Amino acid sequence: MLGATPEAYDPDLMIVELNDEQLALRTVVHDFCEAEIAPHAEAWDRDHTFPADTVRAMGELGLFGIPFPEAYGGGGADLTTLCVALEELAKYDQSMAMTVEAGVGLGANPIFHFGTEEQRQQWLPDLCAGRTLGGFGLTEPDAGSDAGGTRTRAVLDEAAGEWVINGEKAFITNSGTELTSIVTITAVTGEAGGGRPEISAIVVPAGTPGFDVARPYRKMGWHASDTHGLAFTDCRVPEANLLGARGKGFAQFLAILDEGRVAIAAVALGVIECCLAECQRYANERMAFGRPIGANQAVAFKVADMAVMAECARGLVYGAARLRDAGRPFKKEAAIAKLYATEAAVTATREATQVFGGYGYIDETLVSRQYRDAKILEIGEGTSEIQRLVISRELGLPVT
Amino acid sequence: MNIVVCVKQIPDPAEPGALDPNTKTLKRDGKLILDESDSYGVEMALQLADAAGGGEVTLVSMAPNSETSGLRTALAMGAAKSVLVSDPALSGTDALGTAKILAAAIKRVEGADLILTATESSDGYTGTVPEQIAELLGLPSITFAKSIAIDGGTVKVQRQTEAGYDECEAPLPAVVSVTAGVVEPRYPSFKGIMAAKSKPVDEVDCAALGIDPGSVGWAGGGQEIVTVEAAPAREAGEVVEDDGTGFEKIVAFLDNLKVI
Repeated sequence: MLGATPEAYDPDLMIVELNDEQLALRTVVHDFCEAEIAPHAEAWDRDHTFPADTVRAMGELGLFGIPFPEAYGGGGADLTTLCVALEELAKYDQSMAMTVEAGVGLGANPIFHFGTEEQRQQWLPDLCAGRTLGGFGLTEPDAGSDAGGTRTRAVLDEAAGEWVINGEKAFITNSGTELTSIVTITAVTGEAGGGRPEISAIVVPAGTPGFDVARPYRKMGWHASDTHGLAFTDCRVPEANLLGARGKGFAQFLAILDEGRVAIAAVALGVIECCLAECQRYANERMAFGRPIGANQAVAFKVADMAVMAECARGLVYGAARLRDAGRPFKKEAAIAKLYATEAAVTATREATQVFGGYGYIDETLVSRQYRDAKILEIGEGTSEIQRLVISRELGLPVT
Repeated sequence: MNIVVCVKQIPDPAEPGALDPNTKTLKRDGKLILDESDSYGVEMALQLADAAGGGEVTLVSMAPNSETSGLRTALAMGAAKSVLVSDPALSGTDALGTAKILAAAIKRVEGADLILTATESSDGYTGTVPEQIAELLGLPSITFAKSIAIDGGTVKVQRQTEAGYDECEAPLPAVVSVTAGVVEPRYPSFKGIMAAKSKPVDEVDCAALGIDPGSVGWAGGGQEIVTVEAAPAREAGEVVEDDGTGFEKIVAFLDNLKVI
């Protein structure tokens, strides 16, 4: 009655077991976070500092190159390995996790997937080494989840062999740091027929005249992650900076979105694990009415729920990553992982803040920062609503 | 410049350790990690080889159960290869036995110009192995290096003392033990981790080193652990009320300690 077992649920792929190199990487990232991130994350958050030197050090660890071939200076590994690093970083600081996630998924990944060999050679080695950072400009002030509503235009000046770009982008991660080398943007380059816009992707090097980076946003969280609005005014870049096929800019972006969703889910997983560890400790230490607060079921059960969320998220994140690394379809699994893990992260951070009581509302408390930081996880790289839409479509529902 | 670094793989200090009630020694059957105090020697060796414009850093280690995860960490930092002495007969080996094994293993490494060690391991803590190795190899030994430089065929060392440091030098090859202040160890990079997978670990047993298994391990030990006791709790300090002569009491207290 229920039909055949879906092929995606191969039991061999459901077992999450990290190999020796992934375990070694986790240890290194853990040690790095303890020594280089944990002592400073609160000050970065307070002062809205993007710590360029720490980002360079993460580059030296090889974190920005993990899933790319060694020929471009990458680590030659896979999405699972990237998730291991992101999960560990997010336990300490979502801003640093997101700097890596966006640098890999939005900065380097489009160049790797859609760039010509020349474009790859030009930009990937520095991006993989973390010597430079890349951003991806899709969202606009009036086009978010509706990315097809892009207004930014690029007109080819055939005589000069240049694209002339005009328009605005919004909420672009890693777009205005001292390390930023490129921002790949989507722009309308013509009409695709039927009145639909032809959208293409174009690489804009930082510092190009007419490419203006607005002052950083004042954000609810992710204070140490770099986010700007961008404005393009008669901004000229070489015709050869077209990334991938003309008119395929939006389709290309959708094609690599699934990997980013799994990566964001890995960040959310680290956040949940942070809440669990912090609350386990605090519920045993903090005394009220002559006993640890963890002696109260009301507190203990919150912590128990965090453990359940962490286990569920871990299974979903690494299950989806394994499917991708095995070359199997994983669109639905990526959306499920992103949806569940990010919503669970918001729940876990809210409940962790409750466990910490008054201290949980103080900015310098780790779970407080995680709470402020976590909300955007449900919004960026596809809102929860978009994930539900993707899942519904994958289930064959006639949803629009 | 070829450098040998003696490294030890120890139980993770972050995990609660346990003593084997029969042997009264630390249980080592779980996962072992690179002793942090050895990471300084590895880093120093890498920097010296780099400064010399080439050469290899070789690790030498001893473990009863073929454990390599700690060695992989040092290989991921950049060491080229490793000699691992592993033999069930090694269980229970004391400091001198360890020095005999390591000295024999070092002899397998051709053309070693310098041998670096930590000042002591973080688990055993005898602090005697480096000098024993030097004696067994017939090499000069300098301890507690806070700084090392190579000048031709000479190693120049700033030797940490309680008051400052001594400047020492010795002809190469020599054995030098380094403190935690000598250099800041690097983090292994992901590429280093991947590369370490395929770096050679030459695993040898006592027979291959020409060592009689009866001369090491429990059988060859010159010492016996009779009992292990918890360290006594620190006694409470003396509280002195200041009746106007407090300064005299402080001076008398410090005088008694011979610090003033």
